[in-house]
Amino acid sequence: MPEAAREKILARLRTRQREAPVSDFGVMARKTWPAAERYPLLKRMMESVQAEFLEAAAADWPKVIHAFLTKEKLATLLYGPETPAGRRLAGEWPAAGPRLVAYDRPVEEFKKELFEEIDAGFTTTLGGIAETGGLIVWPSPQEPRLLSLVPPVHVALLDAVRIHDTFWAAMRSERWSQRLPPNALLISGPSKTADIEQTLAYGVHGPRRLVVVAVRGGLGLSGSG
Amino acid sequence: MTAETGASPDFRREASKALADPQLRANFRRAMDGLMAKRAAMFADPAEWRQLRALGASIRARALARLPELLERLEERCASNGIRVHWAETAGDANAAVLEILRRHGATRVVKGKSMVSEEMGLNEFLDRRGIECLESDLGEYIIQLDGETPSHIIMPAIHKNRQQIARLFGRKIREARYTEDVDQLTAIARRVLRKKFYEADAGISGVNFAVAETGTLCLVENEGNGRMSTHVPPIHIALMGIEKVVERLEDVPPLYSLLTRSATGQAITTYFNLVSGPRGTGEKDGPREVHLVILDNGRSRIHGDAELGETLKCIRCGACMNHCPVYTRVGGHAYETMYPGPIGKILIPQTEGLARRHDLVEASSLCGACVEACPVEIPITELLIRLRKEAVRRDASSGVLEGGEAQSRLETLVWSLWKTAHVHPSLYRLLGWALTRLRKVVPARLPVLSAWTSVRAAPRPAPRTLHEIARDHGVPDA
Repeated sequence: MPEAAREKILARLRTRQREAPVSDFGVMARKTWPAAERYPLLKRMMESVQAEFLEAAAADWPKVIHAFLTKEKLATLLYGPETPAGRRLAGEWPAAGPRLVAYDRPVEEFKKELFEEIDAGFTTTLGGIAETGGLIVWPSPQEPRLLSLVPPVHVALLDAVRIHDTFWAAMRSERWSQRLPPNALLISGPSKTADIEQTLAYGVHGPRRLVVVAVRGGLGLSGSG
Repeated sequence: MTAETGASPDFRREASKALADPQLRANFRRAMDGLMAKRAAMFADPAEWRQLRALGASIRARALARLPELLERLEERCASNGIRVHWAETAGDANAAVLEILRRHGATRVVKGKSMVSEEMGLNEFLDRRGIECLESDLGEYIIQLDGETPSHIIMPAIHKNRQQIARLFGRKIREARYTEDVDQLTAIARRVLRKKFYEADAGISGVNFAVAETGTLCLVENEGNGRMSTHVPPIHIALMGIEKVVERLEDVPPLYSLLTRSATGQAITTYFNLVSGPRGTGEKDGPREVHLVILDNGRSRIHGDAELGETLKCIRCGACMNHCPVYTRVGGHAYETMYPGPIGKILIPQTEGLARRHDLVEASSLCGACVEACPVEIPITELLIRLRKEAVRRDASSGVLEGGEAQSRLETLVWSLWKTAHVHPSLYRLLGWALTRLRKVVPARLPVLSAWTSVRAAPRPAPRTLHEIARDHGVPDA
């Protein structure tokens, strides 16, 4: 039956030949901002949907994250230990205070802890989108998908010079169509809903807070960052 | 679809009921005014709106022009990404495909992200009868599922309810919930209940906003994170899409995504844009072990066969036509008795369910064109409504429209044939004109057949003399 369904549907669709129109992407290509304005625009757009920003330098971003967790009384930070950023985070993490937890096992061995005991998750990003706000997050074997979803707070590391004008420009310049991973995301703020009387409420299913650690002057990582 | 006890759908009847419900009207009025204002603010630059809209329309038209080859490419790309593709001609076939996957894994607990196609399939009820719990996880969908209702809007399914109604519902149905009318607390209650469900689920089901043929990628647009929870936490992900959801290239997605979020809720971007191009990859520590894609036809290929009506399939399900419709904003979604209410429903549903049963929908419009102005992909909704009105009363064997001519009434046919006779025979026309003007005082002011008009308006009264006579008096020749 399934094979028959496929053939029947396609046969019906082939009964009509149509001319395909040409698309003019000019309106997308014209959306550009000077490099210096992209980060402030991204920040403004994301703050309008409740994302929080911590600004840090290449030298001290691990300490800035540690200080933030301490101040907010968040006891555990889940992270991917095998990325360059993860290695640096672990290398410079103070012994006292909030604890780092490595996401280094399949979720099946770890699900209860992930859902019940983790206060925050840390991920890197592949930059951001100026026009609308939004971070580009590509989960990987080193940085699993649920890092940015299940913990109540998502801490995301952003290289403040790696901001694209638009989503369209980002996928073209980074050749997404040739190298998409099994999961790719844009994340623009904490989880939200307006399903009750159109009243905005944050933290419905995903993280209640999105904290962007924006670093100027490079991330200070050896190898690719 | 709605809980009417077997009665056939009747927009006129349901609209009258809705209009008499002041609470419902207030809930819709507030919500729709808000959505219209937010959308208008998002498209403040008319030139950008025009260009982006033309681009969006061309992307959708191009996808439909190449639909068969794009579906084949999508299937092939998905397969090489490890996504298993299933084709379904009918809603029943799609339900069977989902059931087969779930049974193979012994899955009994399913969480679902918002999917209009699943509403079309009646999936929740279908699975429920077979002992499989299929829980809606979008907050709005969760609320109406809890109350045994259907969505009243495609983007904001619970928009017909106010917070007091939701507070009472939660108090009644959720054991551990304390009564509260605070929106944050109501949201927190749902979070607590659903987190547990995500954790325990054997499978997750989602819709698809755009399916990219070039890369075999399924795009999901959402704010809550329930879509990501449903697609990334359980070991199996089943995505459901109509055949028209495919686009050709990845770069076609950003313009459509921008049009969608700005038109739907007046947002520049949603919280999450989730691109799924495969199950858990080598070395990945989470994500579903299996991803399935069910591609549903359910009448769409028939619509595609008609060059004019095929425009219906350009729809990206933003709901802007509803928010701007003077009919929808007054009666709300349930009056349409279908999962796709408002202007898009009026053109889609009669084509998928048949004109005999649903010709009431093509008449439920004043043809004002507000929907056409708001549509981000330039669907000529009013033109299609007029075409469907014609199809409903004209029997034409060459027309592919489902149940065309089935709404023909003998009386109406008779009236129009008399009308035509009078208008093609000048002497008869003049005689009738003369008779109407001379008998104007004899005609009762309130004829029963005209009561729909005269119950709320003054009855029209013919002039004492015909226009022909007056023109003749003024020396117009041949008048």
